[in-house]
Amino acid sequence: MKQVLMGNHALSYGAKVSRAQVISAYPITPQTEVVELLSKMCASGELKAKFIKVESEHSAMAALIGASATGVRTFTATSSQGLAHMHEMLHWAAGARTPIVMGNVNRAFAPPWSVWTEQNDSLSQRDTGWMQLYAQNNQEVLDSVIQAYKVAETFDLPAMVILAAFVLSHTSETVEIPKQEKVDEFLPPYEREYKLDTDQPHAFGGLADPDNYFELRYKIQKAMEKAAVKWEEVGEEFEEIFGRKYGLVETYKVSDAKNLIVSSATIASTARNAVDALRSKGIKVGLLRIRVFRPFPAKQIRAILNSVDKAIVIDRNIGFGASGIFYQEVKAAMYNEKNTPPIFGVVTGLGGRDVSSKDIIEIYQSVIREEEPKSDIIWKGLKE
Amino acid sequence: MNLKIPKEEIMGHGNLACQGCGATLAMRHALKALGKDTIIVLPACCWTVIDGPFPHSLVDVPLFHTAFAAAASTASGVKAALEIQGKDTNVVAWTGDGATYDIGLGTLSGAAERNDDMIYVCYDNEAYMNTGIQRSSSTPIGAWTTTTPVESPKKSRKKDMISIMAAHRIPYIATASIAYPEDMIEKFKKARDIKGMRFLLVFCPCPTGWKYAPQLTVKLARLAVRSKIFPLLEIENGVKWKLTKDITRPIPVTDYLKLQGRFKHLNDEKLEEIQKIVDEDWDILLRKTEK
Amino acid sequence: MAKKSDKKITFKKEKEMPPYAISFYSMEFNKTVSWRNFRPIIDYDKCTSCMICWKYCPEAAIDLKKKKAKGKEKLTPVINYEYCKGCGICWEECPVDAIDIEEEAG
Repeated sequence: MKQVLMGNHALSYGAKVSRAQVISAYPITPQTEVVELLSKMCASGELKAKFIKVESEHSAMAALIGASATGVRTFTATSSQGLAHMHEMLHWAAGARTPIVMGNVNRAFAPPWSVWTEQNDSLSQRDTGWMQLYAQNNQEVLDSVIQAYKVAETFDLPAMVILAAFVLSHTSETVEIPKQEKVDEFLPPYEREYKLDTDQPHAFGGLADPDNYFELRYKIQKAMEKAAVKWEEVGEEFEEIFGRKYGLVETYKVSDAKNLIVSSATIASTARNAVDALRSKGIKVGLLRIRVFRPFPAKQIRAILNSVDKAIVIDRNIGFGASGIFYQEVKAAMYNEKNTPPIFGVVTGLGGRDVSSKDIIEIYQSVIREEEPKSDIIWKGLKE
Repeated sequence: MNLKIPKEEIMGHGNLACQGCGATLAMRHALKALGKDTIIVLPACCWTVIDGPFPHSLVDVPLFHTAFAAAASTASGVKAALEIQGKDTNVVAWTGDGATYDIGLGTLSGAAERNDDMIYVCYDNEAYMNTGIQRSSSTPIGAWTTTTPVESPKKSRKKDMISIMAAHRIPYIATASIAYPEDMIEKFKKARDIKGMRFLLVFCPCPTGWKYAPQLTVKLARLAVRSKIFPLLEIENGVKWKLTKDITRPIPVTDYLKLQGRFKHLNDEKLEEIQKIVDEDWDILLRKTEK
Repeated sequence: MAKKSDKKITFKKEKEMPPYAISFYSMEFNKTVSWRNFRPIIDYDKCTSCMICWKYCPEAAIDLKKKKAKGKEKLTPVINYEYCKGCGICWEECPVDAIDIEEEAG
């Protein structure tokens, strides 16, 4: 059934058709519509879930960890300050191996206050053990929630589906809401092997000394590595049932590309227009969109960057004291490759400053003249 | 000999507590009252260590370790999941005064305001004992702790946690002391059979933190009640206050305070001040319990 | 049910370990015999089987067994020295002074 949905509501419908059983959330601009619609769905019985109206995001995540550890499917959503507030519990969710799925609306951090889009909030959490996925349209937001549950529950790793503030969260697009029977076919109920159950009394998360802790961390990393393979498998299975294909990355006109633009989320979708405009002038440029950021798709990135002359990574974020974060990770993945091209890093659009297709064309044309990057950050769109 | 206390031990042997630990005795009796159909949610506190390290556990019930501030919120989530699964298991948050009075106060208030279905227990040893005896807002006035050294002992009163919980109008609040295990078990059993948010504050002396020889733990828990410092009471729906033990012939607070190293620096003036505070608080309490 | 072990478990291989920090074993390995300084001793000629010592032991290290106390066979407290920490609460609380506390030998 096709409906016109804002990005936030695509998250709500994703949770609904995935049959989330316990939802616990705290409102924050620009996520509020996610939880308002889910509240309505729970109240009317349209979604048979318990909605705990917690008093903070830290509590939202703690409640879901408790619920997931008891063996039910869980969902929440948040943004920036809220995501930061639950940071301690994000680590807890990964360590406790609870396959929680969360929607995060990318919003810039305060101070100063901002409600506009930037990726620092989710990227600040990249080492917590959560899988991370950056969506470029509302259909992908909804579909990714369903896929995230499948991968998360296979490896007992939590996952966040990320969308840009306002650009996606509040933009209405036509979205196909998958039929419930088809989602049920794709996503069976969650079965947790070791859960809080008086039939099997265990303690969970007890003190692990240096003789025991290391291996438990190793297991999380191994699960992430297997999850990278599973995301591709799940993408293929999803295509068979629903007719839409998603992978760890998305390529656009790369097969004969001399140079590459690498980006994520809504900058990538704008970059597609820029690529088309450049191509119409005969410039052989392609686009690589990184969709799943954790686990980092190094294999897929190497396969594509190995055959281009130059790559430009466009970051709508910054790792202060270093450089754009996708840039750092792409460079690191390519470092040991024999054929690694020069990789340029552009930081733009922070705090929601608009990035148009014209901006991306200008970025491309100015950067491509350089042989080698002269610095780790090329700022674009900044007031001089 | 008719034992009012259930014989079965659910707690198990080999705990890692200090000798004479009041909090361990509290758990022993709490589990006797609650039974095996219980899930414990345990934030950072002494019991994090007492239950034992991975892959061991002391108690014969499921137990979930959670972050310091997150006991009530994690318990809310566990209960919601059990309700979805159609199970009636008791969810018990087992917390120290640090988690309850301080860092977890917001989460506790949230769960209480929602009247989430759980038994929230605070075993109160009046300081952050697990991290080495630092003051909490439960530390009584004048007490020594590592962050309120004798040059500057605790200036403020012990936070009135019971009044705070009563303000939330939750179905059941009770205080208990490990010196009165029959009373404690009765209150836990009563709490077990009520739905909604139940709050139990259990007074647990700590030999390591209060600086006394370990054999006095139960005696101190008794003297605290007899000197009116720790009243034994129940509150229904936040409004009906009832003393479960009336102290008609109180002992002077000095009988309780002088046995503990953490109070030995107090001069007569300070001791009189403490007696005055205890007497005033008792009068205020009596007025709340009037019909 | 919790598995028993005679000492604290340290896994030899990563594959033996559970997928995350789940506890399967009891704490019974943790006995106090090696470090206890004082041991309480019950005088069964004085013991009235009031159970106050059993009630107040934080270690649950006093068992109730059928034993002769004050000439009669009845349910009587027996100290479990594998888990007694020698805190002395039973010695302090016994209303008939039937418990003495002694230094551990050696």
